[in-house]
Amino acid sequence: MPVLRWIRRNLVVLAGLLTLAYMILPNIVVMVFSFNKPNGRFNYAWQRFSLDAWKDPCGVADLCGSLSLSLRIAFWATIGATALGTMIAFALVRYRFRARGAINSLIFLPMAMPEVVMAASLLTLFLNMGAQLGFWTVLIAHIMFCLSFVVTAVKARVMSMDPRLEEAARDLYAGPVQTFVRVTLPIAAPGIAAGALLAFALSFDDFIITNFNAGSTVTFPMFVWGSAQRGTPVQINVIGTAMFVIAVAVVLAGQLVANRRRSNARK
Amino acid sequence: MSATEAPPAPPEKPDVRKPSARRRLVPYWLLLPGILWLLVFFALPMVYQASTSVQTGSLEKGFEVTWHFRTYWDALAEYYPQFVRSLLYAGTATLLCLLLGYPLAYLIAFKAGRWRNLVLVLVVAPFFTSFLIRTLAWKTILADGGAVVDVMNTLHVLDVTAWLGWTESNRVLATPMAVVCGLTYNFLPFMILPLYTSLDRIDGRLHEAARDLYATPATTFRKVTLPLSMPGVVSGTLLTFIPASGDYVNAELLGSTDTKMVGSVIQTQFLRVLDYPTAAALSFILMAVVLLVVTVYIRRSGTEDLV
Repeated sequence: MPVLRWIRRNLVVLAGLLTLAYMILPNIVVMVFSFNKPNGRFNYAWQRFSLDAWKDPCGVADLCGSLSLSLRIAFWATIGATALGTMIAFALVRYRFRARGAINSLIFLPMAMPEVVMAASLLTLFLNMGAQLGFWTVLIAHIMFCLSFVVTAVKARVMSMDPRLEEAARDLYAGPVQTFVRVTLPIAAPGIAAGALLAFALSFDDFIITNFNAGSTVTFPMFVWGSAQRGTPVQINVIGTAMFVIAVAVVLAGQLVANRRRSNARK
Repeated sequence: MSATEAPPAPPEKPDVRKPSARRRLVPYWLLLPGILWLLVFFALPMVYQASTSVQTGSLEKGFEVTWHFRTYWDALAEYYPQFVRSLLYAGTATLLCLLLGYPLAYLIAFKAGRWRNLVLVLVVAPFFTSFLIRTLAWKTILADGGAVVDVMNTLHVLDVTAWLGWTESNRVLATPMAVVCGLTYNFLPFMILPLYTSLDRIDGRLHEAARDLYATPATTFRKVTLPLSMPGVVSGTLLTFIPASGDYVNAELLGSTDTKMVGSVIQTQFLRVLDYPTAAALSFILMAVVLLVVTVYIRRSGTEDLV
């Protein structure tokens, strides 16, 4: 049977595409259901087509407030974690110092710890200190768990850097500052950017640690969580879809620019 | 004492040494803020939690350290089903992620050709929508009377899974299968990306060499590709298993009270019951179990330089 033989030969491709479908399916459902007009409070069953939610994405109380809070927290957490993480990564790759093993495990451990453990222990600390739970405690927590991921991303890039480039800069009488700003930083930039993007995504989408340490402050994931109990407004799907479209557009635009630059360079 | 001239300053060390001394301090200055942050907001909380877990008292009177280790025993005795369930669900989801993720990572690394970047974007794309919204979408997909349940019913798959205790005889939602399905879905990218990275590093000429030596595709995979992708398998399974074991979002959104995982218990004890010692003890046990699993696993797979 030729069909069976074809299937056997392309088994890996077929299995891979099935997995891809499994991963994409929920996104499609989210997108389709952003055009739904549900009968009750929950948006789980298809009723009929409507653009209502798209026309009024902030029509639900507190939704857009929680969204802007999440964006603000993610912004500052990204800046904090990227700055601290990049410094650590440079120190780890470029210098010798004591207690390297201990520092390496201190950076690795937050990534090898279930989120709920970090969330609970951090809350214990805040309760013991009598800290007011809210924006600042969430920001502190986010910088803490994003830090290790930034270190890993930047470290990988700095390690693969050719040290001779910096030697060449010094040989050409560039001072240490000039060498760093004009040579080291531009080469490390993709790693730093990758770390920052990762930190932003992790912070923006974090639920468990935030849920423990936010007090009565409500971030976007917490709003979605609450709505799963109270009733899911269609606007949630609208925002999910918009985020998806914007992000994919940014990625594709970045690819296009990179491709064009590469073909220009070849000319 | 009359004011006299200050004693002559000790002769300064030659200037040349100064910058080198300052240079020796550079790494410490670079490390200081970040490491301090981790010490205060990651390590110190662990100490506080350890102390909380051996305290007794009540919310009104306050808690005191009484070295009450029984809390651990009581917590385990009461909540061991949730513990076992967490490890079981997380383990199953990790295995499923490996089985589903490997072909896709292989496809991207070796078969995608010029579609590679597009497929990679599609793998990462789900990340761009909040994972809670996507998890809620599974409620629609697995809904009672929905397409998935209908197909499983007609093919009598549901009878088998119900007999195994994975689902009920007429529904998938609010059963272990729904929770494992959600866990698998949520952590798949964490499996695929490291797998892809390690597969991508394999020198294509090794495959040619294997073929030249008359190895069948299956043998090539078993003897060349799989061993070389082991670092990806190890870090992928860890990146999946660790967060899955502490997760409570999937169990709460897609499961029922019979599918509660230990994360739910910790959250409820901490935020609603306000029984801090029990919550701290549970979270400590979870941490110990996960660290134990991770250490043993890394040792046995012989890839200790993962970090």
